[in-house]
Amino acid sequence: MAASAVDSEITKSDKYSILLPTYNERENLPIIIWLIIKYLDGSGIDFEVIIIDDGSPDGTLDIAKQLQDIYGSKKIVLRPREKKLGLGTAYIHGIKHATGNFIIIMDADLSHHPKFIPQFIELQKENDYDIVTGTRYINGGGVYGWDFKRKLISRGANFLTQMLLRPGVSDLTGSFRLYKKDVLQKLVESCVSKGYVFQMEMIIRARQLNYSIGEVPITFVDRVYGESKLGGTEIVQFVKALLYLFATT
Amino acid sequence: MVREKDTMTKLLEWISVASAFFAIWYSLIGGYVKHPLIEANMSLILISPICFVIIFGLYALTVVLYRVFTFNNCESAFLELQRQIKEANKDLVAKGLKW
Repeated sequence: MAASAVDSEITKSDKYSILLPTYNERENLPIIIWLIIKYLDGSGIDFEVIIIDDGSPDGTLDIAKQLQDIYGSKKIVLRPREKKLGLGTAYIHGIKHATGNFIIIMDADLSHHPKFIPQFIELQKENDYDIVTGTRYINGGGVYGWDFKRKLISRGANFLTQMLLRPGVSDLTGSFRLYKKDVLQKLVESCVSKGYVFQMEMIIRARQLNYSIGEVPITFVDRVYGESKLGGTEIVQFVKALLYLFATT
Repeated sequence: MVREKDTMTKLLEWISVASAFFAIWYSLIGGYVKHPLIEANMSLILISPICFVIIFGLYALTVVLYRVFTFNNCESAFLELQRQIKEANKDLVAKGLKW
C-alpha cells in the first residue's frame, strides 16, 4: 500500500500497550511484570503495561504502585477502577488510556507467558495482520496442568465450535492476543457477551468483519497460584454463546 | 473499509444444506424418482440418515479422543516458569519490592 520508506517510518513509531486486567493477583502481578520487562526491555520494542485493577481486596494495587516505583511510570501505567466491572469495560477503559497503536491482551495469572509477545509482534509485522492470537490447539502449543476431563471438555467444545461456526481460527476462547488499536475498539463495541466467552465473540466478529488474523502456538500453564475455573456455569455460558453466535453470525 | 463477509448466518447455512439433503432423501423414499436401483435398495435408503448420524458420531468421537490423548502437556514450559518465578522473586526483593 505505502512506499517502503513510509513503512519503516511507521514501524519506528510502533508502540505496544499491554492491558493487564487484575483482580486479586498480588502473587502473580510482580512475576508477570518482571517477565514482560525481561522479554521486551532492550529488544527495541516500545511498550507500556497498563494495569487495570478492579478494587482487589488483597492489595494488588499497592503491589502495582511498588512495581511502578521500580520500573518507572512510563513503562507501568496504573488505571484502577473502583470495583469489579467486567472484562469488556476493562478493555474499553484500557484502550482509552493506551498510547500505543497496538494493544496486547493477556491474563495476569501467569498462564500466558510474555516470551510469546515478540513472536506475536513479528508475525503481525510480516503479514500486517489486524489480529494475532495465541493458540493452544496447533503444533507447538499446549497446556500444562489439565486432567483428562478438562482436556476432553476443551477438545469437545473446540470440535463443536469449529464445526458449527467454521471460524478459521483454532483457539477461540484463548485470551492472549495482539490487536491493532482501532480494530480492538471496533470489536469491543460490537460484542455483547460477558465473561470468558467474550473472547470467542470477539474473534468470530473479527472474521465477520473481514479482519485478518494470524496464529502463534502458545503453551498455557494453568494457574500456578490461585484457582482455575471450569464449572457448570462456564459450560452453560459457553453453550449459550455458541448458540447465539450460530444463530446471529 | 470493513464490510461484512457473509449475509447468511451459520444457522441458515445449516438449515439450507440440511433441507437439500432431506429433499433428495424424501424424493427417493416417496417414490417421486423411479428407478430399479432405488427400489432394490429401499431399506438402505430408508435408514441412511441414521447411518450417517452414527458414522459422523463415531468420527467426531475418534477425532476428539485422539486430540485429547495427543494434547501437548508442556512439562518444560511449566518447569521453565517455576525457575523464572524463583529468579523473579529474588530479583524483585533485591529491587526493594515488599510483598
